[in-house]
Amino acid sequence: MKTFTYRTATDVSGGLEPGAAFLAGGTNLVDLMKLGVATPDALVDVTRLGLDEVTELPEGGLRIGAGVRNSDLAAHPLVRRDYPVLSQALLAGASGQLRNMATTGGNLLQRTRCRYFMDAAKPCNKHAPGSGCPAREGDHRNLAILGASEHCVATHPSDMAVALVALDAVVNTSERSIPLRELHRLPGDDPARDTVLRHGELITSVDVPPLGLPSAYRKVRDRASYAFAVASVAAAARVADGRVIDVRLAFGAVAHKPWRALIAEEALRGKPATKESFLAAADAELAAAEPLRDNAFKLPLIRNVVAAVLEGLTS
Amino acid sequence: MNLVVNGVEHDLDVDPRTTLLDALREHLGLTGAKKGCDHGQCGACTVLLDGRRVNSCLILAIAQQDTPITTIEGVDHPVQREFAAHDGFQCGYCTPGQICSAVGMLDEVSRGWPSAVSRDGADPLSDAEIRERMSGNLCRCGAYANMVPAIREAAAQ
Ligand SMILES: Cc1cc2nc3c(=O)[nH]c(=O)nc-3n(C[C@H](O)[C@H](O)[C@H](O)COP(=O)(O)OP(=O)(O)OC[C@H]3O[C@@H](n4cnc5c(N)ncnc54)[C@H](O)[C@@H]3O)c2cc1C
Ligand code: SF4
Ligand code: FES
Ligand code: FES
Repeated sequence: MKTFTYRTATDVSGGLEPGAAFLAGGTNLVDLMKLGVATPDALVDVTRLGLDEVTELPEGGLRIGAGVRNSDLAAHPLVRRDYPVLSQALLAGASGQLRNMATTGGNLLQRTRCRYFMDAAKPCNKHAPGSGCPAREGDHRNLAILGASEHCVATHPSDMAVALVALDAVVNTSERSIPLRELHRLPGDDPARDTVLRHGELITSVDVPPLGLPSAYRKVRDRASYAFAVASVAAAARVADGRVIDVRLAFGAVAHKPWRALIAEEALRGKPATKESFLAAADAELAAAEPLRDNAFKLPLIRNVVAAVLEGLTS
Repeated sequence: MNLVVNGVEHDLDVDPRTTLLDALREHLGLTGAKKGCDHGQCGACTVLLDGRRVNSCLILAIAQQDTPITTIEGVDHPVQREFAAHDGFQCGYCTPGQICSAVGMLDEVSRGWPSAVSRDGADPLSDAEIRERMSGNLCRCGAYANMVPAIREAAAQ
């Protein structure tokens, strides 16, 4: 690991010198530093800023501090009552130990698990811009089917972010408020940048507006627990007179960002709450998919999970 | 830097790169916590940080200067006796991490925390529940079958 200086942040105004990085739970950053993929000269610890509270917003909804640990957020009574999709997504992620360290801000900004990205000795446009993307021809079984580019086919690995993007969450930073849907970028020709955040921009909290719909998260993975998603679906829906009157859908492990499925939502609104409509809506969203050699299996997987989750929520 | 481990304060002169796991093992001679993967993937390094179970391999020691740390050397809990009574191990390498994790997990259960298995957190501690909540600890010997009843028994005490 490259050597670095350490200090604790003293206020929430953000700002970092070139080469410095914020440290939260460290479960991703310290890992990447050990691997030589992240090489900060300075770490600024943001866990002592008091950003560890969940509060109710005056107009309804919750403000989740950037430092709230994933385990505390999953167990929070208001999250469990009003946003089961969020609690379930958090509980489906990582392990008890990791959730006790992982924070809201760090979880959103965790980096892809693409194996070439995590191997400093391999070419990769994300950690060494211009060096190429070996995943496109190599191991891409768990990489993107939507929104990828010739330069990068990585997926964003967070479960929590998929639930939050379905919930229309807004990310508050030291500089501005950004809808979560716009926080993460598609890779395009600049895959080194995961998000629109500027260097030194500190996430302070995430706001979740009121939902008022039943919601759920379903994750498919290679083993029953303690594994990243191969595909996941966050959903919320309400049915009246047999028709879908309100619906939210987001997919995980399919793209460089948590994927809000607006096309599927549009296709579903007003339609009969039947398996046929659910599958047709998923197909509408997935029409733009460009699967690679070894990940086309994600298409039927997402399709079937969408139907299963929506059937569970609406029956 | 200053570390408080098992109730004892230590003044250490170590590089900021030192993980909590390496500080415990290499600098304080507390070799109970094990290094399995060093990447958060196995749970062998589990210790209790302010009573909460964590992977010490992904934590920088310098960031935990005033947080009370408990390692297996400082644990005195029914889980230990039940592991011995049920043969909850073979080689024993993963065992300190399993025990610290189980101690932290039982505390989470007592606080009503949910899991991916029981969404309301109110279920009695079923075997499925124990397996899910302990999934952050791998055992290469596959001694899981005896750990589950050991933890179930300890939970009942
Ligand atoms: C073995 C393993 C399995 C895992 N499985 C899953 C899984 O199944 N699902 C899942 O979703 N995740 C999983 N994770 C990832 C885990 O959820 C993330 O590592 C964690 O959420 C990151 O949070 P952190 O606080 O530790 O972030 P850190 O590692 O401290 O930081 C991550 C990044 O965020 C930046 N950052 C942190 N806080 C802020 C802030 N407030 N403002 C601006 N920048 C900030 C840091 O500079 C860094 O770039 C797994 C991790 C491991 C090691
Ligand atoms: S998919 Fe992206 S992260 Fe993976 S090797 Fe290609 S450029 Fe790197
Ligand atoms: S050594 Fe820390 S999780 Fe494996
Ligand atoms: S007892 Fe050998 S690794 Fe678990």
